Amino acid sequence: MSGWIDIGALADIPVRGARVIRTPAGCVAVFRTAGDEVFALDDRCPHRGGPLSEGIVHGRSVTCPLHNRVFAFETGAAERPEEGRVATYPARIEGGRVLIDAAHLARRTAA
Amino acid sequence: MAEKLVVIGAGMASGRMLEELFATAPGAHEVTLFGAEPRGNYNRIMLSPVLSGEKTYDEIVTHDAAWYAANGVTCRFGEPVTGIDRARRVVVSATGETPYDRLVIATGSAPFIIPVPGHALPGVLTYRDLDDTEAMIAAAAKPGARAVVIGGGLLGLEAAAGLRLRGMEVTVLHLMPHLMERQLDPAAGYLLQKELETRGIRIHTRANTHEIVGRERVEAVRLDDGTEYPADIVVMAVGIRPDTGLAKAAGLACGRGLHVDDRMITSDGSILAVGECVEHRGQCYGLVAPLYEMAKVAAKTLAGEPAEYAGSVTSTKLKVTGVDLFSAGDFAEGDDREEIVFRDPARGVYKRLVIRDQRIIGAVMYGDTADGAWFFGLLKDAADIAEMRDTLIFGPAYAGGAPLDPMAAVAALPDEAEICGCNGVCKSTITEAIAGGAGSLDAVRAGTRASASCGSCTGLVEQLLAASLGDAYAAPAARPVCGCTDLTHEDVRRLIKARALKSMPAVMQECGWRTSCGCHVCRPALNYYLLADWPLDYADDPQSRFVNERNHANIQKDGTYSVVPRMWGGITTPGELRAIADAAEKFAVPTVKVTGGQRIDLLGVAKEDLPAIWADLNAAGLVSGHAYAKGLRTVKTCVGTDHCRFGTQDSTGLGVAIEKRMWGAWTPHKVKMAVSGCPRNCAEATCKDVGVICVDSGFEVGVAGAAGMDLRETEPLGKTATAAEAIELIVAFVQLYREQAKYLDRPYKWVAKVGLDWVREQVVDDLENRRALVARFDLSQRVFQKDPWAERATPETEARWRPLADLTLEAAE
Ligand code: SRM
Ligand SMILES: Cc1cc2nc3c(=O)[nH]c(=O)nc-3n(C[C@H](O)[C@H](O)[C@H](O)COP(=O)(O)OP(=O)(O)OC[C@H]3O[C@@H](n4cnc5c(N)ncnc54)[C@H](O)[C@@H]3O)c2cc1C
Ligand code: SF4
Ligand code: FES
Repeated sequence: MSGWIDIGALADIPVRGARVIRTPAGCVAVFRTAGDEVFALDDRCPHRGGPLSEGIVHGRSVTCPLHNRVFAFETGAAERPEEGRVATYPARIEGGRVLIDAAHLARRTAA
Repeated sequence: MAEKLVVIGAGMASGRMLEELFATAPGAHEVTLFGAEPRGNYNRIMLSPVLSGEKTYDEIVTHDAAWYAANGVTCRFGEPVTGIDRARRVVVSATGETPYDRLVIATGSAPFIIPVPGHALPGVLTYRDLDDTEAMIAAAAKPGARAVVIGGGLLGLEAAAGLRLRGMEVTVLHLMPHLMERQLDPAAGYLLQKELETRGIRIHTRANTHEIVGRERVEAVRLDDGTEYPADIVVMAVGIRPDTGLAKAAGLACGRGLHVDDRMITSDGSILAVGECVEHRGQCYGLVAPLYEMAKVAAKTLAGEPAEYAGSVTSTKLKVTGVDLFSAGDFAEGDDREEIVFRDPARGVYKRLVIRDQRIIGAVMYGDTADGAWFFGLLKDAADIAEMRDTLIFGPAYAGGAPLDPMAAVAALPDEAEICGCNGVCKSTITEAIAGGAGSLDAVRAGTRASASCGSCTGLVEQLLAASLGDAYAAPAARPVCGCTDLTHEDVRRLIKARALKSMPAVMQECGWRTSCGCHVCRPALNYYLLADWPLDYADDPQSRFVNERNHANIQKDGTYSVVPRMWGGITTPGELRAIADAAEKFAVPTVKVTGGQRIDLLGVAKEDLPAIWADLNAAGLVSGHAYAKGLRTVKTCVGTDHCRFGTQDSTGLGVAIEKRMWGAWTPHKVKMAVSGCPRNCAEATCKDVGVICVDSGFEVGVAGAAGMDLRETEPLGKTATAAEAIELIVAFVQLYREQAKYLDRPYKWVAKVGLDWVREQVVDDLENRRALVARFDLSQRVFQKDPWAERATPETEARWRPLADLTLEAAE
């Protein structure tokens, strides 16, 4: 699997919200910010596995719905003083479609 | 025998004087207080925050009925004094004559009205008291209304800013070339004008008013140059005149104001005067700081203690939220003066010091006024600044070398530095109070009066608390909502209502949110406030809700959900149970549990299955139980008269009726109710947010119970004879809670803050208000009482509840 894969229309992701995509190694959350940027992160909080896709999106971060840890989209890192990081994957928008980098996803599957 | 003291004018000066007097010579005077306004003393300078909606009138009252009673003050409010007979020592008013041994005149000043044609038309207002303020608020309520404010001084601009915040189109006409020319130099005046213009206030300087146009009432204002501005109201704020009418008629010596000596005594030895009506050493004042000093001296004089008033140096701040300006002293240019100027155009900061003989004689600051108090201290002390001249403009933080943080800057202030300009409280007074045990802002206010008037020094006082107490200082109880703002929940709720803010961006913009789209703490709160206050205008924002309320089910630790259908009052049927059993089997629900709320929980449902299980349950007539909602949860009941040998009323029926009326309503936190058929209380009604105990004679409605992290017994709200009235009472209580409480306060927390007595006044005693609350609840229910499951048990939601893409298959290829 290589190159960018079309995973759906931008319009299908709520503004300041997320949708998940299922992969062989678990779910990836694809977030859309208020400014129409997209970011893809593992949908599993390193704390106790909360689905980040169900969290509240603010600025370029999401708050985990289970115990409120905040993760930055660019780095996947938890906001201090918490620790932990989730994997991030390159994602972009092209002509109203959301694309995700299959090579990175594949590497994740392999890992 | 106590001396008969009559005071004319219940304003800021007399209020303070009486306080000082009762403290100095308790019981020595029998006081009668006349006030032309139909109310007692209040903090007049806070009318501007009332106008803008940032405060309510109740919050600015300085002396209430209890205080007058405790000090034996006979109040004659709404009764102006019309004459003084000095020979017979009586004052004359509508109800007759009142004798005095000594008299204090504190009539303040009257707004000056420029006598242009049309100045007497209805719609021409002044800005002096609560009635004026309320007239302006009323005018602003009309959509698209326009105001012209004549006068670009302190009062005019505060009026303009307040009216603008209330949504009016506002034009300020100012005679001089720049705003607030008595307090600001042209550079600062320019920055101020620019700032106000960006807030949508039109400013016309060099504007000479020719005529106020209108037939029945005000229609427009015309200038000398022919320009015309349409207007629904005209606010005249061109200046004030000491109110000396009474004094002059009584033959007391007056100039511009009523003459007093250094002991505040007029030309008649038994008559004193304080406040804005006074002229002392040729000087009249229009700010509170000097009046408070006068009040202190007058109180001492009345108590027979020596005291002298030596005049005041004043400084000015404009109370427009977000505008920082400070000025003090004399800042005119002159050959004998030098100046030091600092500008930072990017930040819009301007500071200027005027210096003569190595002493600061004037200071103007715009945009960053943090050092104002320090400069003002140097000015009043006429301190020699030669040593620190080079870094003077950078403030105290720099005076010793490297710049310091604000806490250190406050710590570095000398003991005599004035912190509270209104009340003349210096740093050491505050630090001593703190050392003496005043550990909170309120305690410091109570003990020293610092920050108790206009409040602009509150930040400094808090820094002093923090600097003195370190970690022991528990920051003020009024916590901001979150890191996105400094406002408290209460502030935000009030502003949403007062400024009719109806969308999230409007709230964030108008309240100066620091983040672009809030955070997980403020957004759910704002979403709730907006939909509670504007049910018809605001569109709910699912992305600002916690997962449970967005997905209409409770998320579990493994990411699955639980599904709880409503069982009205705990009553179910074989058909419903069958449907629940069928759904449990069909969707392989791992756990079926009876909840503590008299209904059944299906735990462990996958998100994708939710719309389908809802559809199945809906088909059997079951709707969402909102087990996830900050809203009405359960109404537990017992079997009551239907079956129980002790039942006094139909508790089951009442529980069902309440649940049917109130389900679907969003509330600040969850609301649980119960109805027990007799005092044996099998439905556990006495630990619910609302609990009803049925008795032979009717229904006892209790509120504010809790049985979660805190355990509370309900407190009695009221007793009703009929079930219908019990429901009305409950609905009104919940609506009051919906309108007033802070997000995530359960009713028991909210009631503890506002007091059950107040709640009773609103919903039990005031029938009209009760009805209005019920009407507002019902209106909101028209919008929100919809089964969220039925709305989402559709193919469209099913698609949205599924993953956007499934790459497991592709990978397998
Ligand atoms: C299901 C249930 C337990 C049970 O198996 O019986 C339950 C389950 C939960 N309760 Fe509860 N509470 C349940 C009855 C109660 C009761 C008893 C009652 O309602 O009579 C109480 C004490 C009464 C009270 O609220 O005052 C109760 C006090 C709490 C509290 C503490 C609230 C407080 O203000 O102190 C929380 C935490 C919160 O809401 O912040 C809570 C929160 C929760 C949450 C929502 C925790 C969460 O956020 O995930 C649990 C969800 C589990 C789930 O997925 O369904 N639950 N919870 C009960 C559902 C009742 C229903 O039919 O809707
Ligand atoms: C909107 C506004 C904002 C202000 N902001 C500030 C500020 O930020 N900082 C600051 O320092 N100052 C401010 N001021 C000025 C400050 O309010 C006054 O300096 C202060 O109120 C004067 O106090 P006083 O007691 O002399 O007069 P007042 O407070 O005006 O009280 C006089 C009272 O006497 C009553 N009275 C008059 N004649 C009679 C009569 N014959 N019989 C009975 N009663 C009578 C009047 O009705 C009035 O209630 C502001 C004023 C206003 C109107
Ligand atoms: S008491 Fe309530 S919140 Fe605590 S574990 Fe049980 S269900 Fe969950
Ligand atoms: S699982 Fe995310 S914060 Fe606990």
